[in-house]
Amino acid sequence: MDIELVGHELLHLLKNAPADYIEAHLEESESSYITYRGKILESIGRNSAIGGNVRALVKGGWGFLSFNNLESLSSRIDAVIKQAKLASTEAFYLAPVDSYKDNVPADCPLNPVTVPLEDKKQILDEYNELIWRTPKLQTSVINYGDSRKKTIFINSSGSYIVQEKMHVTLRVTAIAADNGEVQQAGISTGSTGDLSFLKTLHPEIERVSKHAVTLLTAPYVKGGEYTVVLDPVLAGVFVHEAFGHLSESDHVYENERLRELMKIGKRFGGKNLNIVDGAAIPGLRGSYKYDDEGVPATKTYLIKEGILTGRLHSRETAAKMGEKPTGNARAISYRYPPIVRMTNTYIEPGNISFSDLISDIKEGVYVKNWYGGTTSMEMFTFSSGEAYMIRNGQIAEALRPVVLSGNVFTTLHNIEAIGNDLEMNQGGGCGKAGQSPLPVSNGSPHIRISKCLVGGR
Amino acid sequence: MEEMLELSRKLGAEAEVYKITSEETTVKFEANRLKHIQGKQSSSTSLRIIKDGKIGYATTSGQTNPEKLVNAAVETSRFGMEAKFKFPSFTSFPEVTINDAEINKITMEEMIKLCENMIAPLREHTPDLLCEAGVSKAIVTVELVNSSHGKASYTKSIFSLGVEGTLVRDTDMLFVGDYTSSCQPVVNVQELTRSVIYQLECARRQAKVSTGKLPVIFTPDGFTSAFIASLTAAFNGKLVLEGASPIGNSLGKLVFDEKFTLIDDTLINYKPGSRPCDDEGVPSQRTLLVEKGRVTAFLYDLQTAARAGKKSTGNGIRGGGLPSPAPGALVIEPGNTPYNEMLKDIKEGLVIEQLMGAEQGNVLGGEFSGNVLLGYKVENGEITGRVKDTMISGNIYDLLKNIIALSEEHKWVGGFMQVPYVYLPAVSVASR
Repeated sequence: MDIELVGHELLHLLKNAPADYIEAHLEESESSYITYRGKILESIGRNSAIGGNVRALVKGGWGFLSFNNLESLSSRIDAVIKQAKLASTEAFYLAPVDSYKDNVPADCPLNPVTVPLEDKKQILDEYNELIWRTPKLQTSVINYGDSRKKTIFINSSGSYIVQEKMHVTLRVTAIAADNGEVQQAGISTGSTGDLSFLKTLHPEIERVSKHAVTLLTAPYVKGGEYTVVLDPVLAGVFVHEAFGHLSESDHVYENERLRELMKIGKRFGGKNLNIVDGAAIPGLRGSYKYDDEGVPATKTYLIKEGILTGRLHSRETAAKMGEKPTGNARAISYRYPPIVRMTNTYIEPGNISFSDLISDIKEGVYVKNWYGGTTSMEMFTFSSGEAYMIRNGQIAEALRPVVLSGNVFTTLHNIEAIGNDLEMNQGGGCGKAGQSPLPVSNGSPHIRISKCLVGGR
Repeated sequence: MEEMLELSRKLGAEAEVYKITSEETTVKFEANRLKHIQGKQSSSTSLRIIKDGKIGYATTSGQTNPEKLVNAAVETSRFGMEAKFKFPSFTSFPEVTINDAEINKITMEEMIKLCENMIAPLREHTPDLLCEAGVSKAIVTVELVNSSHGKASYTKSIFSLGVEGTLVRDTDMLFVGDYTSSCQPVVNVQELTRSVIYQLECARRQAKVSTGKLPVIFTPDGFTSAFIASLTAAFNGKLVLEGASPIGNSLGKLVFDEKFTLIDDTLINYKPGSRPCDDEGVPSQRTLLVEKGRVTAFLYDLQTAARAGKKSTGNGIRGGGLPSPAPGALVIEPGNTPYNEMLKDIKEGLVIEQLMGAEQGNVLGGEFSGNVLLGYKVENGEITGRVKDTMISGNIYDLLKNIIALSEEHKWVGGFMQVPYVYLPAVSVASR
C-alpha cells in the first residue's frame, strides 16, 4: 500500500473535520538486524511496518488513535474526535506555526537496509574474531541494526510534510568471566545511514575487550564524594540526564512551583557553562527538518554563560508558557503521540586541554563511556562503562565501573572546568513515557565536576 | 497463516507463524485534570522458518504480504543459526483464566471516574500534590501455527491503573506513586491510594543517614527496582549456556539464604504474566528456580534448551525478535515476619521504596548501584523521614546470601512479580 495515496485522502478529510485542531501521521518503515552472542550469529532478520495515527484537540482535550490497518479512515477520525470531546475541559490554543508543504529526503543517498546482509555480516565477523582473540574472554554480544523510515505529517491547517530518515546503530559488548565473577565492557555508536563508520572500529573494540578482562581483578571504588572527570561520551550522557530532561517543558508547564524554579534568567552554573539542544544542527542522529507537529527544527541555547535562557517546546507547552515553539515534539513511531523530547544535546567546548584538566587533582575518579543514565528531574544518576582513579594529576589504576549521582541544582554549579575537545556520541537512545529508544545524540568536551557522589563499597 | 506455511513448504522450509493483535484504550490525567484519551490498534505477524537446517526470520506490522514475508525469511536463513530444535506439535495446553469479558464493559466514562477516584484522596491528604493518573484496558489475541501441526491461540485481557504524585518545595522534589494490573477490571482503588498516602506520610520530613553499611528493608517495589534485572539475567538459560551467568555452574548448590525460594509461575489465574503457552507454542508450567536457597532450574526456550541438552520450560518470549528465554511471572515466597516487626528491629537503617538507575551497572555480575529516589530513614524502630542525595550499592549474590527476614505481606509489583519485603543486614550506603 502506498502511504502517499492515503496521505492525500487524509489531507482532504482533516480539513473538514469538526475539531479545534487535528493532525495525522503515516509511516512506512523497513529495518534489518544482526545479533551475535558469542561466536554464534544468533539472529538475523528483517522487519517491515506500516501504520498511522490521528490526533485531535477539542476544547483542551486530546484524542489519539493509532492503527496499522489504513482502511476506513473517516470512521477513525470520527472516533478520535469523540475521544477528544470526552476528554475536553478547558479550551486552549496551540502556538501558531506556518503550514508547510515539503519533501525532505534522507541525508544518506544509500539506504542501509538494502545493503546485502552478507556485507554487514562480514564486518561484524571481523569484530567478533578480534574480541575472541582476547584471553579470558567469556563471551560477546554484538547488536547491529539499521532502518529506513518514511513519514507523512498532515494537519488541518494544510501542512503536508514527507520526511525520510535512516539510522544505523551498533553496540558491541565484551564479557569476561572468572571464578563466578562476570564483567563487561563495550562501545555504542551509530550514524544517520552511512555505513562507513562501521569499518573503522577495530582499535576501540580491541581496547574494550582487554578492558573487560582487566575489570575482573579491578578494585571497587570506595563510595563517597569525589572530584570526577568525565570523558566526552559520559559527559554527553550527563548533560542529557542532568539538565536536558528538566528543560523539556512538558515537565514544567503545568507545575507552578517548577515554573518558578525554572524561570528564564536563573543561574544554574558557572560563566563557563553553555548547553545547547537542536535538531537543526545537521548530520546527527537527533537531526531533522520538521518535528512531528510539523514545526521547523531550531537550535536552542538552554544555558548560556551559566544562565537559563531557553527550553524545549511542543506547540501546546509553548502556548501555555507564552514562549515560541522550538520544534521538539517527537514520537518514536506512529503508535505514540508526539511529546517534548531532546534532539542533539551538548555542552559547548571551553579551552582547557585534558592534561590541564586533571593535572591538579590529588585524588579523583576518571570515568569514561556509558552504560546508561536516568533522571527524576531533581536527582539523576548515570553510569560509566570504565572508571580509573586519578592520583596526583595522573590516570592511575582501573576501577570497576561506577554509578554517579547528582542533584541538578548543585551539580551544574560544581562543573569546575570544561575541556576543548567536544565530541558527539551517536550511539544513544532516549526513553521517556514508554517511548524508547528515540534517536538522539549527546556530546561534550571532557569536563571536571567537584563533589560528585559516587556509589561504591 | 496457513498460506504462509504452505508457501514455506513449497520452498522446502519448515515454518511457524505467530500473530499478535491488540486493542488498547487509555485514559490519562495530567496535573490533576483529564488530558488524553488514546486508542491503539495493532497487529503483527512473524514468520520463523527452518531451511537447510538454518533459522530464518521476518516480521511485518499492518497488512501482511505473505510472499514478501516468506522471501525475507528465506533470505535471512542463509546466514541464520543452525536450528537445533523442531517445531513442537502441541495442541492442548493447561487451563489458566486470563480473559475476563467484564473488561469490555468498562466504559471510558468509568475509566475517567477511576482516575478521579485515585487522585481525590491523595489531594485531600496533600492539597498541593500534582497528580498524574492513568487507566487502560487492553485485549490481546495470540495465534500460532507451525508445520508440525502445532497450534495455539488465546485471548488475554489486561486492565492497568496507576497514579503518581509530584510535590515541589523550593528545590526539593518528591515523587510518590503506585500502579497495578490484572486480567480483571480493578474497580477498587483504595489499596493503591492507601499505599501512596503511606509514602507521603513517611516522606513528610527529611532525614540524614550515615555513610557506611546499614540494615535495609527493601519494599516489594524497592526490591524489584534493585534486584530484578540481575535475577532475570541469572536464570536465563542462554546466559547460563554462554557462561555469562554467575550461577550457571551452581545447579543444586546453596547460593542464596535458605529463606529464599523463587518460582516462575505463568499459571496463576488473572495475572497479566500468565498464559497457557509461551510464544513458541510450548505449554506453560510452574518452574521452581530456587528452593530454600538452592538453585534448582534455569529458564529455557526451544533453541537454547536443545543447545544445552535441556527441555524448554515454556519460557520462549518474543521481545521484537526471535524467541528468547525470559521469566513469565516471578514469585518470591513470602516469609512470616510482619513488616512492622522488621522496622522495630532496626536501630539505624533504611527502607528502600524506589531506587533509580540500579539497572545501569554490571547487571550480569549481579552488581547494582542506584540513587534512592524514594526511601526512608529508620531510627530506633521508627521511620523518621525521607533520605535524599543517597546512593546504595551492592552485589545481589553477596546480599541475598544473608537475609534477616522476608515479610508475610507481599505484593504483585505491576502485576508481574510477587515480592515480599526483604530485610537485609548490611548494605553499602553513601550519602552526602
